[in-house]
Amino acid sequence: MPNTEYRRHTVIAWLEDKPSVLNRVTGLFSRRNFNIESLNVGHSETPGVSRMTFVARGTERDLQQVTTQLDKLINVVHIADVTNEPAVVREMALIKVTADNRTRGEIMQLVDIYRASVVDVDMDSLIIQVVAPEGRVDSLIKLLENFGIEEMVRTGRVAMVRGASANGHRHGAKEWTAVDPVVVEKNGNGHRS
Amino acid sequence: MSELKTGGQIIWESLIHEGVDVVFGLPGGAILPTYDDLYKYDYPVHHVLVTHEQGASHMADGYARATGRTGVCMATSGPGATNLVTGLATAYMDSTPVVAITGQVPRTLLGRDGFQEADIRAISMPVTKHNYLITDIRDLPDALKEAFYIARTGRPGPVLVDICKCVQQATMEFTYPTGVYLPGYRPNKLAPDADVIRRTAQLLNEAQRPVIVAGQGVSMARAEAELRQLAEKANIPVATSLLGVGTFPSTHPLSISWGGMHGEAYCNFALQECDVMFAIGARLDDRLTGAFSTFAPKARIIHVDLDPAEMGKNLTIDTPVIGDALLTLRALLPQVEANEHPAWLSQINEWRSESIQRDILTEETDELVAPYVMRQLWHATNQGDATIVTDVGQHQMWEAQYFNHTKPRSLLTSGGLGTMGYALPAAIGAQIGSPQEEIWVVAGDGGFQMTMPELSTVVQERLPIKMMIINNGYLGMVRQWQDVFYNKRYVGTPLVNPDFVKIAEAYGIPGRAVTDKGDVFEAIRQAQNTEGPFLLDFQVEEFTNVYPMVAPGKSNADMIRRGQPVEF
Repeated sequence: MPNTEYRRHTVIAWLEDKPSVLNRVTGLFSRRNFNIESLNVGHSETPGVSRMTFVARGTERDLQQVTTQLDKLINVVHIADVTNEPAVVREMALIKVTADNRTRGEIMQLVDIYRASVVDVDMDSLIIQVVAPEGRVDSLIKLLENFGIEEMVRTGRVAMVRGASANGHRHGAKEWTAVDPVVVEKNGNGHRS
Repeated sequence: MSELKTGGQIIWESLIHEGVDVVFGLPGGAILPTYDDLYKYDYPVHHVLVTHEQGASHMADGYARATGRTGVCMATSGPGATNLVTGLATAYMDSTPVVAITGQVPRTLLGRDGFQEADIRAISMPVTKHNYLITDIRDLPDALKEAFYIARTGRPGPVLVDICKCVQQATMEFTYPTGVYLPGYRPNKLAPDADVIRRTAQLLNEAQRPVIVAGQGVSMARAEAELRQLAEKANIPVATSLLGVGTFPSTHPLSISWGGMHGEAYCNFALQECDVMFAIGARLDDRLTGAFSTFAPKARIIHVDLDPAEMGKNLTIDTPVIGDALLTLRALLPQVEANEHPAWLSQINEWRSESIQRDILTEETDELVAPYVMRQLWHATNQGDATIVTDVGQHQMWEAQYFNHTKPRSLLTSGGLGTMGYALPAAIGAQIGSPQEEIWVVAGDGGFQMTMPELSTVVQERLPIKMMIINNGYLGMVRQWQDVFYNKRYVGTPLVNPDFVKIAEAYGIPGRAVTDKGDVFEAIRQAQNTEGPFLLDFQVEEFTNVYPMVAPGKSNADMIRRGQPVEF
């Protein structure tokens, strides 16, 4: 029986860097009524291939729908639900927090404890940068709320599987894009032979 | 060095490379350079001018379904392109290979809301398998090559290529690509895993009450013979989906017709009572299953489909089999044991006899009703030697119930999207693709009027299409829902119809209105014996409804049947 537990899944998708590709992906999320919590997209190590990490809530079966439907998009090169694999999972946040002479020291202590850093200082505010698993980002934010958060931006979850993953793949884009073109015979119209 | 070709030339020459000899379209400003190249270079491609672009996309769809080849339609930017959308959505839902080529405003005007600009790439995204916007002529040959490859391979579907006017006018050295580079798309013909086949065979061999549900995927894989071998070897009754009608001869003793909302009662009983269901090339949609949680409650379901995303989409599947229908059946056949299932088959036959007793055709009445017309059409076409293209509604269900399809691809119908107005243009495409075939349009009076202007295309192309309208003066199926679920509050369903025979005459098409049951067969014969097109207007009894009927969201076990009081 498939796992019916409703939980958060971390999914990585490798996308050909073609026009409208993000539009195709998000359009599919909305059309298929998939519930996406966060989505991050950027360059991968392979030119021409973007790497997207997203977090979706659902059962194993829900996520199977998400991944198989996404995989049908022509520009989706590969997709992997890495929820059950050992992975480094991180999020980055920039938090502008109210800080004056009275509170600055206390905030800096928190920054230290969370191994975050102060990346900008102004007379009455600080910008704090934190890179950590989401739970730790959440808890730092909760503490900083006591001082007053003026602005915040979070990247959403990104993930990378440690070492070689369960099926032996290393989850790099090259192995899926370094394929030979498919030769299609002339006058190929029609699939009846 | 090869000579320079314009984008327009590249389009036509690519189509020719793909074996395309007919394009359904309607020109306009942004696609005119391409049309001009057709004229200037006299390419051997027949352009069929349509009256409305929706007709063009339905014609490409009908052409594709009738022939198994890829249908091509063409339109200009803006409204030309948006008018194609209904036909593309129809093709997408029913997995029909179609390539649509649209003109777009020049690249320099993109995004400026210029005259006849519409973002058809974004608009068509959810109703196409893939699409392209070409702003640079260097991208054009690959896009066209890929479009045809994507449309016809794997699970087929429509692909749209939107081409800026400036690209059509630009020039480049052209050689048609020999291959495609699509790292995210590898639609290899999949032979399913040996273990899965073993498990499938074991389930079928151990089944006491097995049923096969065959869909259009069987016909697409040309696996009708293997399907029949499987059914006959193990004596398994075969139901089809609506799109699967014709994949298994409905006159075969093992045929149990088709199931679902308006399927035969005995078929639904069999689907609900079976212990193993072997569904192949059917996507098991809500019209077949009724409420998902109530469908085939006693069955372990084996689902064979090319598309992994269909596995478990609607139902909990015991054994998912991802693979091509033909390869799956071939692998399975040697492992399936001969079997008799006498008790199960006799149970089904009991249900069948009971269904026949309740059937409208066993009723003695002089009323002209559509089921009678359909059965007469079946007789008149030498027991089903014709292709029937239906619209959507009551007549569609009656056609599928009473015309006993025995040939693959002999029923073309919009099953998934349920597009009224499909029949006439799709029949035009089908007739152009299969000129020797006897093609019948079967439409309701509502749907026929949606695309009726394509009668001029019938005349323009000199097509011998026979048309029948099941005319009951209502949007019949909607009226039926009002009967059953809205206490007969007929809002928006009574029709003010034209005289269809006079309409046909205005196009130069002969026609005949029929009001008497006794004239039906002879009228059909008259249509057949008339050279060229003919229109029959069957003015049928107004309030006849389609039975059985399963209310949406209900179980197939709770059918409303003829003569049964309706309680809701």
